[in-house]
Amino acid sequence: MPQERTLDLWHGQIKPTVRIAGSGAPLVFLHSWFGPVWEPFLDLLARDFTVYAPSLPGTGPGDVDGIKALDDLWDLVLYHYELFDALGLKSPAVVGHSFGGMIAAEVAATDPTRVGKLGLLSPFGLWRDDTPIPLVSAMPPQEIVRRVFNSVDHPATRLMFPNRSDVDAVIRVTWAQNCSNKFIWPIPDKGLKKRIHRITAPTLVVWGKSDNLIPPVYAEEFKSRIGNARIELVNQASHMAPFERPQAVADILVKFLKG
Amino acid sequence: MKISMFHLMPYRDLPDDFERRHHSVWVDPPYWELADSEKIGQYYNWTLDELIHAAKCGMDGICVNEHHQNAYGMMPSPDLMGSVLARATNGMNTAVVQMGATLPTTIPPIRVAEEYGMIDCISGGRLVAGMPLGTPMDVNLCYGISPAEHRERYYEAHDLILKAWSAKEVFAWNGKYFKLPMVNPWPRPIQQPRPPIWIPGSGSLSTWDFATKHDHCYCHLSFYGHRSGKQVLDGYWEFVAKRGLDPNPYRVGFLQLIAVSESDAQAERDYYKHIRYFYDKCLHVPNEYISSSGNQDYPSLVNSAKNINPEIGRMIGEMKNWKFGDFVDRGFVIAGSPATVRDRLMEAVKSLRVGNLMVLLHIGSMPHDLTIRNIELFSREVMPHFRTVWDGEWENRWWPKKLMDQSPATRIADANGEARASK
Repeated sequence: MPQERTLDLWHGQIKPTVRIAGSGAPLVFLHSWFGPVWEPFLDLLARDFTVYAPSLPGTGPGDVDGIKALDDLWDLVLYHYELFDALGLKSPAVVGHSFGGMIAAEVAATDPTRVGKLGLLSPFGLWRDDTPIPLVSAMPPQEIVRRVFNSVDHPATRLMFPNRSDVDAVIRVTWAQNCSNKFIWPIPDKGLKKRIHRITAPTLVVWGKSDNLIPPVYAEEFKSRIGNARIELVNQASHMAPFERPQAVADILVKFLKG
Repeated sequence: MKISMFHLMPYRDLPDDFERRHHSVWVDPPYWELADSEKIGQYYNWTLDELIHAAKCGMDGICVNEHHQNAYGMMPSPDLMGSVLARATNGMNTAVVQMGATLPTTIPPIRVAEEYGMIDCISGGRLVAGMPLGTPMDVNLCYGISPAEHRERYYEAHDLILKAWSAKEVFAWNGKYFKLPMVNPWPRPIQQPRPPIWIPGSGSLSTWDFATKHDHCYCHLSFYGHRSGKQVLDGYWEFVAKRGLDPNPYRVGFLQLIAVSESDAQAERDYYKHIRYFYDKCLHVPNEYISSSGNQDYPSLVNSAKNINPEIGRMIGEMKNWKFGDFVDRGFVIAGSPATVRDRLMEAVKSLRVGNLMVLLHIGSMPHDLTIRNIELFSREVMPHFRTVWDGEWENRWWPKKLMDQSPATRIADANGEARASK
């Protein structure tokens, strides 16, 4: 099990919980739109790296007001440098999933010296008019499951869509989504396309082949705009590939990050 | 007490199988398949005629509101309607109740200050300034405002509008969402420092807090009738008492569907299909649109997750099997002969302790002539019995001052003549 550290950042207004596990070079993992979850996938990464998995502002226990301290994406990017400083990380590997992938790309583009290597797992952040990304919040839960999981029976669906009787889990997941929405509503294109060329970190773009939320055509969108990037597609996986195929995604990432 | 006619201006002619074939009445119903712009032009004119007729029949106020991309209420700009109504009702003692221009969708919000100023000037000081927060469909889905900013934008817009109306000097507004270097709207409202302000709400604690903090009139706009509304308003009155405010019934507005005929049996024949149309089609909105986006702050989210009202959910589930009597017995609609409507409405008004009542006299697919008849029967046979309710006990501080001493003359004879002429 990872150890937990609660930090006191942004002039005392944001108190993220950082789960830390493993040993080796540092790897920061930024979680998806569904909130912070310690996934088996992270245990696999922790065999080769010291994994730091912070809760995004507002999503950690005892940090619900943290989201109020940040107005926009610019604040969110600067906040992450403060987070890296507090963890003593100069230029860690950064892996981000979904909304977390968008943050990772923004952080790497704004100050390229702060990201050693970059892993983007089905990130938000770019937009194609011929392949619009649907608004997740306007979908019924069963449609979201169908779009983000290759198999709708996968046990991880329960983490994202808790039973209504589990009130605390419902509140936690709903609030995490609200916090993410603050930065990507209503269309997850906040200008990354103007900045993404600044990324200098070697980058691996990983996409579930059956991602029906952000279709794999976006993998090429990211790769073509970053100087040193390549793509790995994952079979039998959708938007939640790290949950669905943890070993496959971890193997790809470890190989890239150690290479 | 004061009674105002509310109009949603729905599309009156959706196909019978609309709710089976289509996902939602709001946001994404296919316009070119379902709607006819010529018909809608007719609906706008009927709607205006119906509200003006209500004013001529002696109604205290006439209300319009704002919604977007839907067939349930097609007034994306309520102030366009309000300006016509203000002009057409000059010389009558009728309030123009804008319920109203949605603050977070009007950018910059001094546009609301300006347009409400225009309506107050055109009407000679008869404006009631409704300030809705707006539904998630309108604000978050149609207008793309981030749910996280929804309430903050609302609060800022409210403060800016109030200051803009009464400031004696040009001022700079350095808000979080709006930056305006020299605010100085022309015109300002006749009513100073501001017109009365009504806040529509559906029971959210944050809105209760806001309405009481600013001493505005809180209006519970529900389509589930006075029996379900009582639970909400009992909670509100308790909240008001805790805040140390007086239990003045004019602090509260309530919307009730009303359908009057010559007899109870005739009311069923006249209105049942329109009531069905309203609940089946006009309210056909998926849950994920209503509660999708998380515009609740954290305490409201916790409150609603922990206190789901199973009663409302159960009733909505069963509604498709309801007969006319079910809608009436549960208070969703007060319908029947004038005597029946009088008795039930009096019970509702007293039990909810409401001073500013709004009545929905056009329901769903009701045609123009039936709407006119409902307005006339209600005005002539029901409304006079309510004139003196709360009189002598409380002052309506949420009504245009110039209308306070004048009870609207009964202009029914005159109005009947005009209605016949327009058919």
